[in-house]
Amino acid sequence: QGALSSCLRKPRRDPPSFFPAVSQASLVRLHHRFRALDSNKKGYLCRMDLQQIGALAVNPLGDRIIDSFFPDGSHSVDFRGFARVLAHFRPVEDEGTGTWDPEEPEPLNSRMNKLRFAFQLYDLDRDGKISRHEMLQVLRLMVGVQVTEEQLESIADRTVQEADEDGDGAVSFLEFAKTLEKMNIEQKMSIRILK
Amino acid sequence: MLRAALPLLGLPLAGAAAEGEPTQEPGAPGEPPPSLALFRWQWHEVEAPYLVALWILVASLAKIVFHLSRKVTSLVPESCLLILLGLVLGGIVLAVAKKAEYQLEPGTFFLFLLPPIVLDSGYFMPSRLFFDNLGAILTYAVVGTLWNAFTTGAALWGLQQAGLVAPRVQAGLLDFLLFGSLISAVDPVAVLAVFEEVHVNETLFIIVFGESLLNDAVTVVLYKVCNSFVEMGSANVQATDYLKGIASLFVVSLGGAAVGLVFAFLLALTTRFTKRVRIIEPLLVFLLAYAAYLTAEMASLSAILAVTMCGLGCKKYVEANISHKSRTAVKYTMKTLASCAETVIFMLLGISAVDSSKWAWDSGLVLGTLVFILFFRALGVVLQTWVLNQFRLVPLDKIDQVVMSYGGLRGAVAFALVILLDRTKVPAKDYFVATTIVVVFFTVIVQGLTIKPLVKWLKVKRSEHHKPTLNQELHEHTFDHILAAVEDVVGHHGYHYWRDRWEQFDKKYLSQLLMRRSAYRIRDQIWDVYYRLNIRDAISFVDQGGHVLSSTGLTLPSMPSRNSVAETSVTNLLRESGSGACLDLQVIDTVRSGRDREDAVMHHLLCGGLYKPRRRVRAEKCLRHFISEDARERQDKEVFQQNMKQRLESFKSTKHNICFTKSKPRLRKAGRKKKDGVANTGTTNGKPPRDVGFQDTAAVILTVESDSSETEKEDDEGIIFVARATSEVLQEGKVSGSLEVCPSPRIIPPSPTCAEKELPWKSGQGDLAVYVSSETTKIVPVDMQTGWNQSISSLESLASPPCTQAPTMTHLPPHSLATEEPQAPLALPSDPLLSFAFPPSWAKAGRSRSESSADIPQQELQPLMGQEDHTHLSPGAANPPCIQFNKGGRL
Repeated sequence: QGALSSCLRKPRRDPPSFFPAVSQASLVRLHHRFRALDSNKKGYLCRMDLQQIGALAVNPLGDRIIDSFFPDGSHSVDFRGFARVLAHFRPVEDEGTGTWDPEEPEPLNSRMNKLRFAFQLYDLDRDGKISRHEMLQVLRLMVGVQVTEEQLESIADRTVQEADEDGDGAVSFLEFAKTLEKMNIEQKMSIRILK
Repeated sequence: MLRAALPLLGLPLAGAAAEGEPTQEPGAPGEPPPSLALFRWQWHEVEAPYLVALWILVASLAKIVFHLSRKVTSLVPESCLLILLGLVLGGIVLAVAKKAEYQLEPGTFFLFLLPPIVLDSGYFMPSRLFFDNLGAILTYAVVGTLWNAFTTGAALWGLQQAGLVAPRVQAGLLDFLLFGSLISAVDPVAVLAVFEEVHVNETLFIIVFGESLLNDAVTVVLYKVCNSFVEMGSANVQATDYLKGIASLFVVSLGGAAVGLVFAFLLALTTRFTKRVRIIEPLLVFLLAYAAYLTAEMASLSAILAVTMCGLGCKKYVEANISHKSRTAVKYTMKTLASCAETVIFMLLGISAVDSSKWAWDSGLVLGTLVFILFFRALGVVLQTWVLNQFRLVPLDKIDQVVMSYGGLRGAVAFALVILLDRTKVPAKDYFVATTIVVVFFTVIVQGLTIKPLVKWLKVKRSEHHKPTLNQELHEHTFDHILAAVEDVVGHHGYHYWRDRWEQFDKKYLSQLLMRRSAYRIRDQIWDVYYRLNIRDAISFVDQGGHVLSSTGLTLPSMPSRNSVAETSVTNLLRESGSGACLDLQVIDTVRSGRDREDAVMHHLLCGGLYKPRRRVRAEKCLRHFISEDARERQDKEVFQQNMKQRLESFKSTKHNICFTKSKPRLRKAGRKKKDGVANTGTTNGKPPRDVGFQDTAAVILTVESDSSETEKEDDEGIIFVARATSEVLQEGKVSGSLEVCPSPRIIPPSPTCAEKELPWKSGQGDLAVYVSSETTKIVPVDMQTGWNQSISSLESLASPPCTQAPTMTHLPPHSLATEEPQAPLALPSDPLLSFAFPPSWAKAGRSRSESSADIPQQELQPLMGQEDHTHLSPGAANPPCIQFNKGGRL
């Protein structure tokens, strides 16, 4: 209980950038979930805890998404980190988008941060670029077995070339964002209950 | 559905016509003994279908006329024009026949005109969008329609109580509720007709349109319940009847949907087995969908819902199962039928309005209805949206609400329903008919006219059409997976969770059951998009003027799968250069997958066919491309040119000899022999690319050539082309020369030369590449060396060019031709190479052939060599022209 209340108190004290600006109700909900996932009551989650979630095992990107909870090779994530990752998926409020203080960092649920989250799922080696190889790996995960490796390679080639503007054979984040500029990311990368 | 229970009037047009026009029928009326008539006029036998066809024709012609003027159609929706046309036609008919004819009969409308429209909209409904907004759509369709019906009905009753409606309108509360139920439903036909031209954003469109489709169930139930209540008399209605009414709402809607899904399943399953009878595939789609409609109608369920669900449910599987042509056929037939039905509906609606016998005007009722439907629609939308926005990820803003309120058009469904009322039970029917007509006309014409400016004025987000890109498709899938995963992590089973579940279920069971195995195997959305993009690109390339081949040839090397040393280097070059062409090329390359092989073959065949007339142009193009390559390549080019010169010289001599000695058949033979010999010896394999390539002077080209074996086709053509290749100017000279020298048609230089030029590019086709085995390129037979030695001797006789060439060669060893390197030193000094070189190019081309003829070559080769040697020695005359050529080549 103490943990929860301390967590709940934090958002009030901390600047929103420090603690994800998730609403109180969502925080409570997330914290419940966090404790439910935390199998040994150890106060943090490790990979195993997330891997237990059945549906994630059949999600082609499940492992990568789990990895995104553990940045920089760490093996545990506390509630703050947990909520921080999920805060990416908060819906964008129309009124709020333009109004945040420019001095503060962008909110986690901004369009760019949503995109960045998706981008780092592709960019395994964290070099800021999606190489053809990385693209191929993602495709391999997402495309059914019925598509041959050869086809996959050609798809990967084309995908990279389509987005690649500076001709370096890889997709940088800006190029990535550009290919999706027509897409309503705010809508597509949001989950309502995280409001 | 209720409508089914009503007497089916058959083809109303026909019926009306039968009554109305007994006109021309001069068969043989009075004469007792019917003698053999030379000419018989049997109007009656064809009357019904003839009239139907005529009306459709009139409607179609009207459409054409409307669209003659862009200005008119951009301002006025087609539906308005059609209704107005209907009014005019109705007036004419009334004036001529003194009687209203050809009206919109409910039976025709529900059984023939409505189904195609609904099927079209259901089948081509963007399912993802539809299900994403299903909550909102259902709310508006169910709650909204109920709200509209009850409030409008009640308010009209209140109006009557207040004395604002003339007392001659004899109607009670139930009558007004009945009227409210039929007037409240937003009409899919009208909405579709107007919104298709307005292009509001897709979310808005799908909500309004989805509502208009799904509210059919509610309308039907309300109408039926109210109608039966009116018939029973309000005194006899008991509590259980109300409960039954509510229950029937679920029966009708869920039943209709279930019927639709069952038929969708049947349809998908049937198309799985049509592999050998492709021709009936489109027919099946229409038949089973229509069967779904009729079945639902028969069971008094919501037929519109049934067809919508049928189209929505079957599309994915049907599209995967049926052939490409059938898909096109289905699409076009569906669109044609729907548009035809829509046209006829609006036109008949206009005609029907003319019949004043059905009318009974009451201003209070008409105005009251107009005000109430607008007001309650707006109020209902605002209230529901407020509730919905609590749950929606993307709230609907005020502008959306305005458009939704204003877009609630009423149409032919309401009209057909009101016509179906029984005058004996509903004494105020005539007033209701008049009111309905006014409401329909007002919404379609006034609102239809003004909604476009309104949308512009409010700056409603328009739909933006952008072609799907591979990236978008891929990332969209990624987002779906991410969201599903996040929902899992959060532990909330929301929309994404269930969609994910459904997709997995679909993949595991449904698709396997309903899709042809071959279709299932290759089915993948990302791949589909990729495939479609490729086809689109290929088409656009061809459209651009047939440069496809050349560009393909260029890029081919970029394909990663083929791995000869030379190739990889080329690919790297291309990659690094990052030329714009790369993308295109790549696209075309990709076609090589097993699934596309067939297509690829077809494509190549086509290209081959188209190729000839344009050869020259394309060749030039290619040259340009190559010239633009970087400096390194230029160096290679020069080296090649020099080599070529040498070869040319030697070649010339050989050619002359041949010409003199034998007529064309001979020549041919010789050429073949050479090829064969080359093939056997294998030495030439590495070289042929050079020979071919020298024309273009780009090393890259050469390497490509070696990989791809397309050259086969051209192989027969004379040795001559080599000379050509150096430069076009030279070619001309050469041509003349060659013609003079040899009378044989075979040798005719121009065509072969052109062909030669193209050869390298031609090789670009992915399929062909398969033939080129790495082995062939690698074989460097010992015989070659002997051949070279011989040629060297001849070369020495030609002394002049070699000295200049030798130094350059040494400077620039062709990097890409790794296999040839060892031989290159030998080749440098050698004109002899030239003599051999020709054959190699052929050999290359004819490689496939050479396999069959491989046994023969060795012996034949020898004589050939001898000849060549002779030629070298004997003709001094040959040398000077060669030199000239060289110059030209450099130029």
